[in-house]
Amino acid sequence: MSEDIYQDVFSSFRGEEGELISILLRVQERIGYISEEAVMRISRFLRLSENQVYGVASFFSRFRFDAPGKTSIKVCMGTACHVHGGSLLADAVGWDLGITYGQATPDRRFDFQRANCLGCCTLAPVVEINEQIQSRVLVTKLKETMNRREEF
Amino acid sequence: MKNFKQREIEAVREWKALHSGSTPVIYIGAATCGIAAGALDVSERVRAILEKHDIEAHLVHVGCIGPCYLEPLMDIAMPGAPRISYANMTPDLAERIIENQFLRGDPSLDFAIAQFSTNGHDGTARLPDFFDLPMLKSQVRLVLRNCGFIDPENIDHYLANDGYRGIQHAFELGPQAVIDVVRDAGVRGRGGAGFPTHKKWQFCRNAPGEVKYVICNCSEGDPGAFMNRSLIESDPHCVLEGLLIAGYAIGATEGKVYINADYRLAIARLESGIAQMKELGLLGENILGSDFSFDISVKEGAGAFVCGEETALIASVEGRRGMPRSRPPFPAVSGLHAKPTIINNVETLGTLPNILRNGADWYRQFGVKNNHGTKTFSLTGKVRRPGLIEVPLGIPLREIIYGIGGGPWKAFKAVQTGGPSGGCLSEEYLDIPVEYEAMAGAGSIMGSGGMIVLDEDTCIVDLALYFLRFTQAESCGKCAPCRVGTWHMVTLLENMTRGQSKPEDITRLQVLGETVKRASLCGLGQTAPNPTLTTLRHFRAEYLEHAREGYCSAAVCKELVTYHIDPQRCNGCQLCRDVCPTNAITGVRSEVHTIDLERCIKCRACYEVCRYHPQAGNAVVYESARRVMA
Repeated sequence: MSEDIYQDVFSSFRGEEGELISILLRVQERIGYISEEAVMRISRFLRLSENQVYGVASFFSRFRFDAPGKTSIKVCMGTACHVHGGSLLADAVGWDLGITYGQATPDRRFDFQRANCLGCCTLAPVVEINEQIQSRVLVTKLKETMNRREEF
Repeated sequence: MKNFKQREIEAVREWKALHSGSTPVIYIGAATCGIAAGALDVSERVRAILEKHDIEAHLVHVGCIGPCYLEPLMDIAMPGAPRISYANMTPDLAERIIENQFLRGDPSLDFAIAQFSTNGHDGTARLPDFFDLPMLKSQVRLVLRNCGFIDPENIDHYLANDGYRGIQHAFELGPQAVIDVVRDAGVRGRGGAGFPTHKKWQFCRNAPGEVKYVICNCSEGDPGAFMNRSLIESDPHCVLEGLLIAGYAIGATEGKVYINADYRLAIARLESGIAQMKELGLLGENILGSDFSFDISVKEGAGAFVCGEETALIASVEGRRGMPRSRPPFPAVSGLHAKPTIINNVETLGTLPNILRNGADWYRQFGVKNNHGTKTFSLTGKVRRPGLIEVPLGIPLREIIYGIGGGPWKAFKAVQTGGPSGGCLSEEYLDIPVEYEAMAGAGSIMGSGGMIVLDEDTCIVDLALYFLRFTQAESCGKCAPCRVGTWHMVTLLENMTRGQSKPEDITRLQVLGETVKRASLCGLGQTAPNPTLTTLRHFRAEYLEHAREGYCSAAVCKELVTYHIDPQRCNGCQLCRDVCPTNAITGVRSEVHTIDLERCIKCRACYEVCRYHPQAGNAVVYESARRVMA
């Protein structure tokens, strides 16, 4: 099955070094993260060393190397969100889930990330839960949302 | 070419039919900011209502018109009447307005905020014109002229608004004359540094070689900036046309748009725009019958702030780690794949069609000497009317913050421009004109367009730490001053926000900052200390308070703040006790509660319930106390 995913992704590329980032992005879209297998397959396809592939992937903040949790919680860390108290929200999520940003809960139900800027600065502070932007979030409001976990 | 002319004529005809036809038009602002505020829910409901009552109307998704605090916006233009704008829509409210309008003929003016008199119909006296609203009055919209008016996914809308006239005029002039026009217009790079665009182009045009590249830089990695994304989402073709013009002027064969992969909507619009261009013969061999052949592709970046730097961006496009290299050679001589390359900001490219169409003299009427034209800003932070704005250069800073933005709710403290590379300006600088030299003279930079207003509730030390943490995390690690220097600066600032620093740390911070600034390899490191250094200059007292007294006047720095309950106000409602995650609050119902400071994690949950819940007494306070440091 996983064989097909890579073949499928690679079929729309020519196999040039310049396509590495695009390929990594497509692979992450399909399987959620960059696995060891992904690094190996991409390195063979592009005829680069695994080291090079991993080196590029680890340079960019967008790529992750462990499987994401089911519900993704992204707290915006943009300047506007920061001055409106965004770091309190990040602390609250971390406290609630018992993990820090960049991690998923051990049961893989929740995934906690920080975003540099979600670009909705006028709705600050914002939190993105499963691609849904929650605007003008308060700590208590966020906790209420998180407590309705069955919904996710 | 013939087909294209035909298409242009048809596009104009269709555009006219849309605006003066017998079918009502409903516009919904559906760029990312509008969607985040719920524009798609509104749109869905409107579609359902139209179907339910069998009403005939065009539903057009337009881009961002600017005043984001009014999102989602819905506009209705009835035949023979001006377009009326309704703000802060919810699906229910939209349903009510649509039903009132179409079933009862009542335009619900109580919910309307403004009208557009531009389509030639007499409006009602009760509503102001949209462009007379305080937020828009001092704006000059050149780059953003189509934003909020055209359907960004429909090339015909762009064509009907003089789209691709700029490139046609460029073909008439010839490449060198295009560079001359850009020189005469005085265009300077809108990415922040303000380097004259024509110089870069001339270098690249003069560089030998058959293959040349032009790259549109939409990396936009600085937090708090969304101008470039909004422009591409609302009017992708004006950027694509700009790319064509730049490519033609320097003799390039290929253009690339380097864009952050997070900008999904913008990428989708660029890709559909490029497909439409190909269909019309605006890309490919011999464009519009000229001898110019050009192709555009979208290149996704993966979120690295340093990739806004030209050589790092090129490394990233080539599929390597986005690390800058030392210059020269400059990219204009040896860039992408070692070929001459120019990299222009989205906004720089977006202004080109206007200039080519209307001429250099027309463009020079906006702005002041050596700073011609307009600049877009994303005005955010503690301001009443945040949004995407475009102002002529030379406008006083005060006019932007108070005139357009409406000023902060609380006492003004500072305005931050240029993101992590920029600086903070205090109140005394509010009367300086917004132009490259004046901003730099005051210690900040123009920047790419992020403008964040800060009020008394913002701690300057905390903000400096915030920016430095960002640049420290984004530092690519190639050169030691940036890699190690920023790390030490972060540590010094962290100690300060925890009340663990000594007064001499301030001097240390300053010396370290100056060193990082002078010794770093690329723009990221050279500008990383700016937020700290400018605030040290303008807000030194606040640093001293943190270092000497462990006092944070804005009560932001967590370690310096304590929470307690005002016994005079506490009504014993127990709400705070219920939300406290650490059970730090004790007290029986109807009696005064207390917070155990040993257990309190300062999450602010109790403060929020006490402040906003109708039953609570607004008794929880958090404050910082001056103390004598050991």
